Amino acid sequence: MDLGTINPILLVASLMVSATPILLAAIGEMVVEKSGVLNLGVEGMMITGAVVGFAVAVNTGSPGLGFAAAALASALLSLSFGVLTQFLLSNQVATGLGLTLVGLGLSSLIGKPYEGMKSPTLPDLPLPLLADMPVIGPMLFQHDLMVYLSIALVAAVWAGLKFTRAGLILRAVGESHDAAHALGYKVVRIRLMAIFFGGACSGLGGAYLSLVRVPQWTEGMTAGAGWIALAIVVFASWKPWRVLIGAYLFGGVTVLQLNLQAAGTRLPVEYLSMSPYLITILVLVIISARGYHGAPASLGRPFHASH
Amino acid sequence: MNRRTLLASAALALGLAGTAMAQDDTTKVGFIYVGPVGDGGWTYEHEQGRLAVEEHFGDKVETVFQESVPEGADSERAMTQMALSGADIIFTTSFGYMDPTINVAKKFPDVKFEHATGYKRADNVSTYSARFYEGRAIQGLIAGHMTETNKIGYIASFPIPEVIRGINSAYLHAKEVNPDVEFSIVWAYTWFDPAKEADAANALIEQGADVILQHTDSTAPQAAAEKAGNVITFGQASDMGDYAPMPRVSSIIDNWAPYYIDRVQAVMDGTWESKDTWDGIGPGMVGIGEITDAVPEEVKAEALAMKDAIAAGEYHPFTGPINKQDGTPWLAEGEVADDGTLAGMDFYVEGLTGEIPN
Amino acid sequence: MIHLVKRPQPSRVWTAVTPLLAVVLTMIVGGIMFAALGKPPLEAIRTIFWDPLFHPQFAAYSRPQLLVKAGPLILIAIGLSIGFRAGIWNIGAEGQYIMGAITGAAVGLAFYPLDSFIVFPLMVIAGALGGWAWGMIPALLKVKFGTNEILVSLMLVYVAEAWLASVSSGLLKNPEGRGFPGSRNFQQYDAGANTEVIAGTGMHWGVVAAFVAVIFAYVLLTRHIRGFHIRLTGEAPRAARFAGVNPGRVVIFCLGLSGALAGMAGLFEVSGPAGQITIDFNSGYGFTAIIVAFLGRLHPVGILLAGLLMALTYIGGELAQLMLGLPGASIQLFQGMLLFFLLATDVFTNYRLQFGQGETA
Repeated sequence: MDLGTINPILLVASLMVSATPILLAAIGEMVVEKSGVLNLGVEGMMITGAVVGFAVAVNTGSPGLGFAAAALASALLSLSFGVLTQFLLSNQVATGLGLTLVGLGLSSLIGKPYEGMKSPTLPDLPLPLLADMPVIGPMLFQHDLMVYLSIALVAAVWAGLKFTRAGLILRAVGESHDAAHALGYKVVRIRLMAIFFGGACSGLGGAYLSLVRVPQWTEGMTAGAGWIALAIVVFASWKPWRVLIGAYLFGGVTVLQLNLQAAGTRLPVEYLSMSPYLITILVLVIISARGYHGAPASLGRPFHASH
Repeated sequence: MNRRTLLASAALALGLAGTAMAQDDTTKVGFIYVGPVGDGGWTYEHEQGRLAVEEHFGDKVETVFQESVPEGADSERAMTQMALSGADIIFTTSFGYMDPTINVAKKFPDVKFEHATGYKRADNVSTYSARFYEGRAIQGLIAGHMTETNKIGYIASFPIPEVIRGINSAYLHAKEVNPDVEFSIVWAYTWFDPAKEADAANALIEQGADVILQHTDSTAPQAAAEKAGNVITFGQASDMGDYAPMPRVSSIIDNWAPYYIDRVQAVMDGTWESKDTWDGIGPGMVGIGEITDAVPEEVKAEALAMKDAIAAGEYHPFTGPINKQDGTPWLAEGEVADDGTLAGMDFYVEGLTGEIPN
Repeated sequence: MIHLVKRPQPSRVWTAVTPLLAVVLTMIVGGIMFAALGKPPLEAIRTIFWDPLFHPQFAAYSRPQLLVKAGPLILIAIGLSIGFRAGIWNIGAEGQYIMGAITGAAVGLAFYPLDSFIVFPLMVIAGALGGWAWGMIPALLKVKFGTNEILVSLMLVYVAEAWLASVSSGLLKNPEGRGFPGSRNFQQYDAGANTEVIAGTGMHWGVVAAFVAVIFAYVLLTRHIRGFHIRLTGEAPRAARFAGVNPGRVVIFCLGLSGALAGMAGLFEVSGPAGQITIDFNSGYGFTAIIVAFLGRLHPVGILLAGLLMALTYIGGELAQLMLGLPGASIQLFQGMLLFFLLATDVFTNYRLQFGQGETA
């Protein structure tokens, strides 16, 4: 085994790329859950974003338009979940699973003509000055635009939840919808907006897969990334920066295990391929053993104004 | 007798009722696919074969297919329903369909079954597979010549004989032209997960590999290599010609069409017999995609010469002397591997590092 | 304005009507989709809902297959529903299903080729224990450390999949399998085979177990104090604690039970319809069962019907692919629609529409 062949700078750089789709979807889902709604349809929204983003980018030649269309399409799809759970008071877990089915089916119907095509992809965008720094530069500042945007989004969500009135209202709705309603907030409307935002983020994550990370369209290409994103939100105890840590940790272990294999380590491959999941569990156990749980109190409960 | 016989006879009665209804002029040809037809790799190429059958026979055939059929109970049902619907011949295109194919074939003695990549046959069950390792030999040769870092990355799917055979074949021929060459093998434990394949390719490239071979189906490794620059790849299952001339410098193409047409014709003529087919480059079941100009002329010539020698049956990629990984002799000087050992290959050849996971 | 007003009691009429309404709506919208895909809509609908049951050519075969397909879904969903009622979110039934299949098969293969009636029952017990043990991991972590069971049970699915790939090409590999991955086939080992109880009906031991589980769950939830505790824990956790319910024990009971049932489902599948352990032996029953559980409104009888309905759309969908060349994806979309409409119309069971300005008491 020659671990010397693993270059830590490149490792960090590629884990950031590898984690970005999960990060985008997870930060959106975190906002949804903060509002007290559990949307298990992330996988379905991601793959819809992947196919729509790809199709639009191919037809217009612009990856930027692709991302925008992906966000919009997934957000619209998520509204079907919103209408069902918020107006028709359907069960959120089941509706989310239905959304996944719909997304998977819809995407492969839309995607048929785009199989095997190549699309324009995002160029790397080294940040001036920062990118030239030794070690840190190639690690953190020579990525494409979406990597920076995803981190900016985490920061924005953190600041938004913590410092703005909108964030306060969102959290209030998630903690106790009855109290928020009594205070005169439009619970349903706020939740719909959160769901819309979550859908848009999932769409961006999916489009990042099909336009940058892979880049191509193939049926079922998200291959469970949406589920990992859901798990990351729980892992993060509904805290934005921990979502970032969780996504990078998961992406990091995934990339690292492949690097260890490539370096010819003696560790059995089956344990290496389990490692991202086992390590996520382990870290979560350590966090929870310290006694902190941050689930919004109203998470997953239906709200009806005339209780 | 036992419960099983009773079951079989009940099913038999059922089956006869089904096939009796399919007495018409057109031959009905069924296909069971393990993935979606748009996977761009394994299933996609079988689908191309089906389309070729339709094109070739026109009105004389009717084809049906079912995609994304999980192995096990679901596949047995899919085959049974296909047989009940009056199919005359059914191609089951995944190794995991082996026992279900045999089971269903027992119930429908008048329907012909063709199982890809398996080894169990019956009076109405043939098996067929392709000698992809012949193509791997050519890839290995090109890879050995082309690598400058002497490090070749290999993205493997599952530790099954088919994949191990490919690794051994590629390694032997890379080693022959470049004794310093080393293989890094990453087991992705998936046939198809674009994101993971991209990660695996990046990990290999970052560690100095400048040639990536893949035994997974998506084009993600091609894209990763293109982005990295200066890395060459080979198309897998389908040509992946979008990535030519660089990084994709050649490819192995599964070409099932000639075989499918041949077998359907045999059913029409009433000459169909159960047999085992394991074809390679010669009969055209394994195609070698165009070798691009990124490959130096003399290397290309050498590769094509090997291709011709293999096609003509003059050269076998597993010709001794070859030792197993632990140094024990496997093939003596000039000895050629027998098909039985190749079919169940579960060992690396000498020089490869690492262990086969199990 | 239209208002929803909560009914004091769920409406019995609507409980019966909504599934039918949802199916009709799905037929209409699905028919439009099929027409858009250039397929005959009426024929497609008939193929999905009618042909598996009554088609002269297929029905004799596909009717029993409904039970084969529904059996594991019902068995797993029953276990899950009990946990869901208590607010315990085991979404890793797929992993428990895999581990049950592995441990059960391992026991059976250890006895090979012993021909004794004891082999199969031991396999069932081992399968249940395997699933139970896998379910115990999130249960114990939750009780001991308060770790969230959603994440742990989901992550363990992927771990179980890695195990499955590993044992099928290693530990449990068929020694006579010419180096190919996959275990011996239980269909060729009588003592370890899960056979049909009544030949030709599809009624194998796993289906029997599913029916038993339905009855058991019904009794547990309506007649037994433990069932009351479970419901209370889900509906009013604080009240449950005052009533002396130990929340930890509820967690252990629910995750253990759903794990054991999922494990049994895995064992019945591997020793029966599937026949052998292979690299990708699991086909998503554990996830689909979550849908079935909710489709059945977490009620044992509802789950029984939901499982059968789900199986019908699977088998009908396969027939539609076969006969009309419908793409597999459109069937998935169709199932998603059905689920959406069922959930959407469900609102009328618990609420009634009121027009004009309603009181908001």
